[in-house]
Amino acid sequence: MASLLILLLATGVLASGCGSGGDSAGEGVTGEEQYKIGAVLDISGKASSLGTPERDTLQMMVKQLNTQGGINGHQVDLTILDNKSDETEAVLAAKTLIEKDVLAVLGCSSSGPSMAMLNTVQNEKVPMISLAAASSIVEPVSERQWVFKTAQSDKVTVGKITNYLREQNISKVAFLYMNNAYGDGGRIAFSEAAKENNIEILVEDKFEASDKDMTPQLTRVKASQAEALIIWAIPPSASIATKNFKDLGLTIPLIHSHGVGNQKFIDLAQGAAEGVILPIGKLTVAQQLPDTDPQKEVLLTYINNYTQKYGSPPDSFGGYAWDAFNLLVNAIEKAGPDRAAIRDELEKTQGFTGISGVFNISAQDHNGLDEESMVLVQIEDDKWQLLE
Amino acid sequence: MDTPSQLLQLLFTGLTLGSIYALIGLALVTTFNITGILNLAQGEFVTIGALLAISLYATGLPLAAAFIIAVLLVATLGGVLERCAIQTARQASALTLIIITLGLSIFLRGLALLVWGTETYSLPAFSEGGPLFIGGAAITPQSFWIFGLTALTLAGLYAFFELTYWGKAVKAAVLNRTAARLMGINPNRLSLLAFLASGALGAAAGIFIAPVTMTTYDMGFMLGVKGFVAAVIGGLNNIGGAVLGGILLGILESFSAGLISSGLKDAFAIIILIGVLLVRPQGIIGSLKERKI
Repeated sequence: MASLLILLLATGVLASGCGSGGDSAGEGVTGEEQYKIGAVLDISGKASSLGTPERDTLQMMVKQLNTQGGINGHQVDLTILDNKSDETEAVLAAKTLIEKDVLAVLGCSSSGPSMAMLNTVQNEKVPMISLAAASSIVEPVSERQWVFKTAQSDKVTVGKITNYLREQNISKVAFLYMNNAYGDGGRIAFSEAAKENNIEILVEDKFEASDKDMTPQLTRVKASQAEALIIWAIPPSASIATKNFKDLGLTIPLIHSHGVGNQKFIDLAQGAAEGVILPIGKLTVAQQLPDTDPQKEVLLTYINNYTQKYGSPPDSFGGYAWDAFNLLVNAIEKAGPDRAAIRDELEKTQGFTGISGVFNISAQDHNGLDEESMVLVQIEDDKWQLLE
Repeated sequence: MDTPSQLLQLLFTGLTLGSIYALIGLALVTTFNITGILNLAQGEFVTIGALLAISLYATGLPLAAAFIIAVLLVATLGGVLERCAIQTARQASALTLIIITLGLSIFLRGLALLVWGTETYSLPAFSEGGPLFIGGAAITPQSFWIFGLTALTLAGLYAFFELTYWGKAVKAAVLNRTAARLMGINPNRLSLLAFLASGALGAAAGIFIAPVTMTTYDMGFMLGVKGFVAAVIGGLNNIGGAVLGGILLGILESFSAGLISSGLKDAFAIIILIGVLLVRPQGIIGSLKERKI
């Protein structure tokens, strides 16, 4: 029964996905030329828990925008392609979109496929806004003129973590990471920050995204003198590692990265996520923020809109898509349908209050977020609880 | 934690992993023994069994009922596939038949993707309570369930092949189809039985490991590869060998990840496979002669 239901739902989702392009085309009978935008997301495959809420957010927003009259009277035609969490598919999808003459490309959801698209957009001179974490997507800026990103960089996340470690007087840690671009980005950023803050990394080990058991790596952590463990991964392997951690009877603080910022992580860990600490965008704890927080209103509006449409609250990944879409729309509003002008406008974005933080993008920083954009949370009773 | 308990921990982890591989290896060897076909869709039986049980359990059925229904459904699926795809091509060469099972595996993975999507699912552990600590090393109750299923399956298959009339008939049909037919044994019915059994066994394995490994539509491929390596290490026509091969593989993986480097873990499986094929192509306890008697 349940599987039948899922099958029906799946066909529904597919149908709505196919329909979105046609919908906006139908509405565009104002005589004005349509603005084409493309998105490449990890809708299926290993990073699907990231790509799905991003797709849903984009579909919701383009509909809202078009009913409100589009950009300067131009309807927006958004094409979303699935890269199946695969680097090659991502590049092919980006090329398909560029051939369709899109003004800009949003995506990908995760770091590996985002990195893979860099060359294509650089050569074709198409603005791209990635939704992934690795700092290397936008650094060095001199080689990434056309690339921006909305997810907080690993450096920002690492800063939050090292601050916490310093406050707790923890100087010896273990570090486990996922063997891909996301995990590697975290490892590089953390080992640099650890050196600066006199934090000693006693154990450093990796695991594959498809691994079913991280006990061997965790056994090394247990045998060491580490006072805290930092894991840099996304679900499901992040959940498995957390479960193994509890099963081994380890009691040191467990700190995760913002890659686990969705309910799926907590659900899959089956109670083992209790007490896990992580830095994350403010979305998940929007209700608990003080009223003085500049982002609170934006966050609550997004949560309301999304929950009304899809029946469950959004997560930070959907937020990255929200930011990317709005940054782009603002830039097109000012620049018009010209790729180079859009790029220049994106680079001038100052004080834009989004879901992931307040963006101050410049020629030196194509992410534009600082540590203010994140908060530390702890998981209590399967919910995110604001720490601090 | 001192070194002995660290080693013990790696051993426990290896045993759990190894039992999972052994279960899949056992199903492969059973089908191979009866039909002469290497069923490359075995890993998909594991995935679909687990996913079905998870969906059934989510509808509110008790875990035991979900388990039984899922096992029966996957056994039926195995039977249907055998009748539709294998039986119709029965006269083709062994290689063709293996390629057909490869096609079945891709078909089943696509089906699972359509029905369940790319989400990760998990089942609660069969028994309550945290891990047990033996000599400072932790072992989860679910691991014991997996050991138990492996031991039970091994004993059951051994008893069937060695002690029952039907088991001997099966072996006879493998050695010489024509002679067996003359003696009143129907190899076509045996082939159906083999796929029913491997479907059921695969599903049971999938459900037992779901609380430990979590389940996605595409996990069958890697499990199938590991099960295949386990079966080849042990010797393709030896059920005891499949278990030994699986456990050996699991322990080697665990120790190489824990003591040397986790990057080497999957390479080890292939290195061992090549090593065994070069030195003892019949497997560590299998014998090629057996099939020719």
